[in-house]
Amino acid sequence: MTTTTPARVKEFRLPDLGEGLTESEIVQWHVAEGDTVELNQIIADVETAKAVVELPSPYAGTVLRLHEAAGTVVDVGAPIVSFEVAGESEETPTTTPSVPPASAPTTASDEHAAPGTDAARDSVTDAVPAKREPNLVGYGAAVEKSGRPQRRSRARSVSAREAAAPAMTPATPAGPPAAEAAAQAPAERPRSTPPVRKLARDLGISLETVTGTGPGGLIVRDDVLAAVGGSSAELPALHPPVLHPSPAGPDTAEPTGDPSAGQTRTPIRGMRKHTAAAMVASAFTAPHVTEFLTVDVTPTMELLTELKASRAFEGTRVTPLTIVAKALCIAAARNPTVNSSWDEEAQEIVQYADVHLGIAAATPRGLLVPNIKAAQTLPLVDLARSLGTLTETARAGKTPPADLTGGTISITNIGVFGIDAGTPILNPGEAAILAVGAVRSMPWEYQGAVALRSVMTLSLSFDHRLVDGEQGSRFLADIGMILRNPAMVLTMV
Amino acid sequence: MTQDHALQGSEFDGGTRVPAAGTATGAVLPGPAHDGADEPVQLLDHLGVRHAHEHYDALVADVDGAALRKLYEDMVVVRRIDAEATALQRQGELALWPPLLGQEAAQIGSGRALREDDFVFSSYRENAVAYCRGVDLTDLLRVWRGNASSGWDPYSINMATPQVIIGAQTLHATGYAMGILQDGDDAVAMTYFGDGATSQGDVNEAMVFAASYQAPVVFFCQNNHWAISEPVGLQAHVPIARRAPGFGIPSVRVDGNDVLACLAVTREALARARSGGGPTFIEAVTYRMGPHTTADDPKRYRDANELEDWASRDPLARLATLLDSLGLLDADYTDSVKATADAVAAELRQGCLSMPEPEPMDVFKHVYSAPNSWLDRQQDHYERYLASFEQAPQEGSR
Repeated sequence: MTTTTPARVKEFRLPDLGEGLTESEIVQWHVAEGDTVELNQIIADVETAKAVVELPSPYAGTVLRLHEAAGTVVDVGAPIVSFEVAGESEETPTTTPSVPPASAPTTASDEHAAPGTDAARDSVTDAVPAKREPNLVGYGAAVEKSGRPQRRSRARSVSAREAAAPAMTPATPAGPPAAEAAAQAPAERPRSTPPVRKLARDLGISLETVTGTGPGGLIVRDDVLAAVGGSSAELPALHPPVLHPSPAGPDTAEPTGDPSAGQTRTPIRGMRKHTAAAMVASAFTAPHVTEFLTVDVTPTMELLTELKASRAFEGTRVTPLTIVAKALCIAAARNPTVNSSWDEEAQEIVQYADVHLGIAAATPRGLLVPNIKAAQTLPLVDLARSLGTLTETARAGKTPPADLTGGTISITNIGVFGIDAGTPILNPGEAAILAVGAVRSMPWEYQGAVALRSVMTLSLSFDHRLVDGEQGSRFLADIGMILRNPAMVLTMV
Repeated sequence: MTQDHALQGSEFDGGTRVPAAGTATGAVLPGPAHDGADEPVQLLDHLGVRHAHEHYDALVADVDGAALRKLYEDMVVVRRIDAEATALQRQGELALWPPLLGQEAAQIGSGRALREDDFVFSSYRENAVAYCRGVDLTDLLRVWRGNASSGWDPYSINMATPQVIIGAQTLHATGYAMGILQDGDDAVAMTYFGDGATSQGDVNEAMVFAASYQAPVVFFCQNNHWAISEPVGLQAHVPIARRAPGFGIPSVRVDGNDVLACLAVTREALARARSGGGPTFIEAVTYRMGPHTTADDPKRYRDANELEDWASRDPLARLATLLDSLGLLDADYTDSVKATADAVAAELRQGCLSMPEPEPMDVFKHVYSAPNSWLDRQQDHYERYLASFEQAPQEGSR
């Protein structure tokens, strides 16, 4: 049966993958055009508002076309892949007893109607009302092409049609079907959908001037874009809603006149949106004070060399950050107000017993501040290992949610970017954040003379509601003292 | 027992995770703080080793190699049904699907213990139990495709259609069991629900009545550790099975990923009910390996490490290991199991894709068994409403 059946094209439209979703983002394609796929082979990762899910192929065949690039947000119901399906035995219902046999012969001819030829489809649908159209668009009722009733048009248009009805064919001038509807109801505002009307308004296009090419003369997005002067193909591959209003007229292609030339506009969402909201909330609720301290850390660097050579630290990465983290924990024990939180709602100050030490990490997803729970309890070697795995896990995007919440104080290591100092913004809800600068060889006063020493600048921001200048300064000075001379820890613990 | 306990302990204590108070793993797994009764009954451990049990061995003494093979085939097939239905949802053919991945042993073990005249009242995840009852595969999908209000005639397979209201089916089961008492029959009502449902008033009320009337009902709780995104530890600070004795219902904890143990404890509970011993509560400790439904993303709320821990206790893998050690996992057998699963998946897909769309007026069917004037009026109104649309090809004109 399958040997003689010609191959044909099947479209896969984006289904509603959750319950009542309207769009999803194609995160990644796992297949390319020309690939052969099996039924249920994973072809893409798609992110909805609810989940990232894998899309299994609904057909076995060849990928003819990927309609949307990875990274695009696609409306539910839009075609995303076209397959060339050899034979088509899968949906020929001869093997399933539950299908009325009567529908079997018509099924094949029905499905030969290629997507888009609605007229052809409708004509055969008449004969098989009970056969479900494979709409592949969510689970809702099939769209109008399956012969679903349409609401009567508005009163005016109805009366126009009724007037024309007795005349039948003569009254309807021969012409392209697209123009027909518009011609029948000239006085009425051309039909379009709300997003298309918004697009037209944004672009300064009057819908009366646009010729609709959609079903029944409906003005679709492309018609509006065509009226601007360029077709959608010429526009940058952005999701249409974020297109900035460009100057109306046909001159949009001119490279120099357009102020937006050379710009890329990225929608604010996801991690960037959250980071921005957190930063704004923090910067405008907690009055920030930042203090700086530049320290000769040569003894710390010497200590690091010794640690690296010691057996206990074999296979462990120890860096200036390791010592700074340890110093911070020791200093926080002596100046506990830096490890507290302002609870505006309860009008209480929350003093933490444990130091849940947040480490700002730049990840491909954006800024994350995973924290090390009860960091003050960890011996140096464990702290070093925790720091290593924490950042690795964050960069791999595998940080468990529990590690991203509950931090009490943070470190941001700007030194890795070769930066000396800055005014860090507090991780929301925390009272202090320490920026660790780069270690530099600098001419520095040493034993009454100028020598080349390893020098680092520490920048400490704190919430001035909670932490007074005295406490913040003592905290920073304690850290500096340890870095200047690690043996001073003996006097502190 | 002690060896197994040590293994479970090490899996959780040896990890790098910080134990957070009130998480699922902390509250449910047997720990040193619990007494012996909290230890789940286990006949087949996660490594596929069969352990002797002084009480429960007798209840599965009849399970020979052939029966083990059948249980394995059942689990492979229902896992395949689950995967195919999930794919159909992703392809836009089903509105929703609640996957049972990871719970095959709990459902097959208990489902295969039932007698034909017993009656099942389940939630929406017991598709493997429905398979045991002999449900038509297409019927299994009708509701999830949105083509019917319910999938099958409950009396055709003695299983009510899935209850979506959390825990409500336990009341139905208790009521049915009270009816069995009235009839003087020895059938049993079996009800399935999850760990989250035990917080529902309905479930507690059902247990009160079941105990009061000593009704022949078995409460089968699949503790899959997650009530959507809430870990079981939030709702139960002690093992859920401990609640039942408070209602006067004997209870047992069983390793829900051990098909033999699930079969054994269910047989015991059914025998008790048949002989007038009243209700039993079974807590099958298992794990939902997939999402709550296809509209859920568990990566957002649970730790990947937890998933890994449970993957190592897979119900199918341990039975495969046992079969292999008995020399029963030859290529002929595995090929035939795969062929069966493939055929079932193909039938499921075929049935889904060729399901006829309901007609608009179908909504009035099955509301009342007898004519009803109020409904007739609504039907008339709806017909006239449909007629207010343009005459589309043949729609509604039946």
